[in-house]
Amino acid sequence: MSILVYAEHDNNQLKADTLKTVAAAQQIGGDIDVLVAGENCQAVVEQAAKISGVRKVLAADNAAYANQLAENVSLLVTELAGDYDHILATALTTGKNFMPRVAAVLDVAQVSDIIAVESANTFVRPIYAGNAIATVESQDSKKVITVRATAFDAVATDGSAEVVNLDQATDAQTSSHVSDEFTESERPDLGAANVVISGGRGMQNGDNFKLLEGIADKLGAAIGASRAAVDAGFVPNDMQVGQTGKIVAPDLYIAVGISGAIQHLAGMKDSKVIVAINKDPEAPIFQVADYGLEADLFDALPELEGKL
Amino acid sequence: MKILVPIKRVIDYNVKVRVKADQSNVDLANVKMAINPFCEIAVEEAIRLKEAGVATEVIAVSIGEKSCQEQLRTALALGADRAIQIDTDQEVESLNVAKLLQKVVDEEQPGLVILGKQSIDSDNNQTGQMLAALTGMPQGTFASKVEVADNKVAVTREVDGGLQTVALNLPAIVTTDLRLNEPRYAKLPDIMKAKRKPLDVKSTADFGIDLTPRTKLLKVTPPAEREAGIKVESIDELINKLKTEAKVIS
Repeated sequence: MSILVYAEHDNNQLKADTLKTVAAAQQIGGDIDVLVAGENCQAVVEQAAKISGVRKVLAADNAAYANQLAENVSLLVTELAGDYDHILATALTTGKNFMPRVAAVLDVAQVSDIIAVESANTFVRPIYAGNAIATVESQDSKKVITVRATAFDAVATDGSAEVVNLDQATDAQTSSHVSDEFTESERPDLGAANVVISGGRGMQNGDNFKLLEGIADKLGAAIGASRAAVDAGFVPNDMQVGQTGKIVAPDLYIAVGISGAIQHLAGMKDSKVIVAINKDPEAPIFQVADYGLEADLFDALPELEGKL
Repeated sequence: MKILVPIKRVIDYNVKVRVKADQSNVDLANVKMAINPFCEIAVEEAIRLKEAGVATEVIAVSIGEKSCQEQLRTALALGADRAIQIDTDQEVESLNVAKLLQKVVDEEQPGLVILGKQSIDSDNNQTGQMLAALTGMPQGTFASKVEVADNKVAVTREVDGGLQTVALNLPAIVTTDLRLNEPRYAKLPDIMKAKRKPLDVKSTADFGIDLTPRTKLLKVTPPAEREAGIKVESIDELINKLKTEAKVIS
C-alpha cells in the first residue's frame, strides 16, 4: 500500500502538524510519500525529507502553487493520485480547502477530520461538534482523508527521504491570489502550543486581553478566544477556539470568562488539564474543568500573573 | 445573475445531542431542527447581493424529506425568490449532494452558488468544494467578505494565521464563514408571503444519480467523559494543584 501526505507549509517552514499527519499515515501502514507544493519552498522540501519514515518527498516548486490555491493544488494531487491508495492532508484551512475537490474528481467520498485509525479503511471522527464519535468504514478504492493533528503524536525528524522534483505545473486559471493579511504574533502557534489561555465575553473588551499576555509569557502559552470574544471584536478571528475555529488539545487550557458553550468545548475539551476561571458558579465550563476557580477575572488574573 | 443557495436542515445548534443506546446513530426523534447556521449566513449574503443590485434572483435548494420544506420556507421568508426541494428519505453523503446540486447548477446556470462552510451535524466541510470541482468552478471557501465586480468575485477567506483574498472568475462557488454577516430575522408578514412563493418538489429519481453511500457508519458512541474536576478556593491553591497534582506547570 502507498500513502501520499500533503505537507502544510508557508513556503519557508513546514508546519509541525504535518508530522502528526504522517503519524496517522504510519498507523494506516504502507510506503509514505510527502508532497510539498509551493513556490521557492526548498527549505520546506529539506525539512520534509527529514521526516522519519518517509520514502520520498515530491517537490512541486512552481509559481502555480505559490499560494496553494485549491483549483491548482487539487489538479496536481489528482494527477499524482493514481499511484496511491490513501491521500492524507492535515485538517487545517489549506487541506480542508482543496481535498474535497480531489475527492470529487476521483469520485470518492472524503473522510474528514479523523481522530483515530482503526484499520486501512476504518476511521474514527467526531460529529455534532464532538458530542458524538463516529466509526466509519470507507468503501471507496481510494481513501481521501483529512487528519485532526491534535489527535496524533508527531513523528521524529531523523529521516533522510529521497527528493523527487516534479516539473508539471497545473494552473486552472480560474482564480488568482490578491493579498494576505496575517496576524503578527511572537507567541507559539495556537494549534501547537502546550499551554493555551483563552478569554471570552467576560473579558469585556479587547484591551483587557492584555491581562492574559503576562500570564501567557510566563507559561509560554498561546492566547485563544471564544467565538463571543471574536464576534464582539475583542480579538481577530484566527484566535477563535471551537467547532468553527481552531481545535486545540494542549497540556493545559485555561478558560477565562468563558461560559463553555457546546461550540467552544468542541475546540478544547481534549486538552489534558482544563482550568476555568469564571465568576458564575453555574457556567457549563465548570463541568469539564479539572480545576475551577470561582472568581472575578479582574482580580484573579493579576494575582495569577504575580504568583507564577 | 442568479444566486443558488443550498441549505440544510440540521439539529438546532443549542441542542445537546444524545447517542442512541444501540450505538447506531444519534437520536434525532423529537429534537428541534433548524437551518444550519452557516446556511443561514449564505441566505443572508445572497439576499444582500440582491438588495445591492448584483443578483436578480435567489433560489434556495434543499435535499431531504418533506420536513426540509420548513427550512426552505424560512429562506423564502428571509427574501429568497423561489425554492427547490429534492425529495429523499435517505441520508445523502456530501459527494452525492454535490452531484445533485451539479444538476441543479446545470439547469439554473447561477452566477454564484453560496453554501455554508460546514453543517454542524456531520461537520464534514466538503460539499461546496466538491460542487466546485464537479462544475469546474473556482471556489472561495470560509468567506468573511464577498465583493462582485467586473465578472469576478473577490473573496476574503479566513485562513490559519489571518485572512487571504482571492479573485475568482464567475461563475464561482463561495462557502460562508461565521463572520461574513449577521443573518436577519424573518418578519411575520414575510413569513405569510413566503407561503405563496413557488416551491418545486423534485424526486431524486429525476436526477439519475446513484445515491448509495460510500461510507458505512459502523457505530456512534458518546465522547469519553472527563473525570469530574474540583473547585479550588484561591489562586494559591490553583497554582499548587497545577504544579504538584496535574504537573502541567513547573
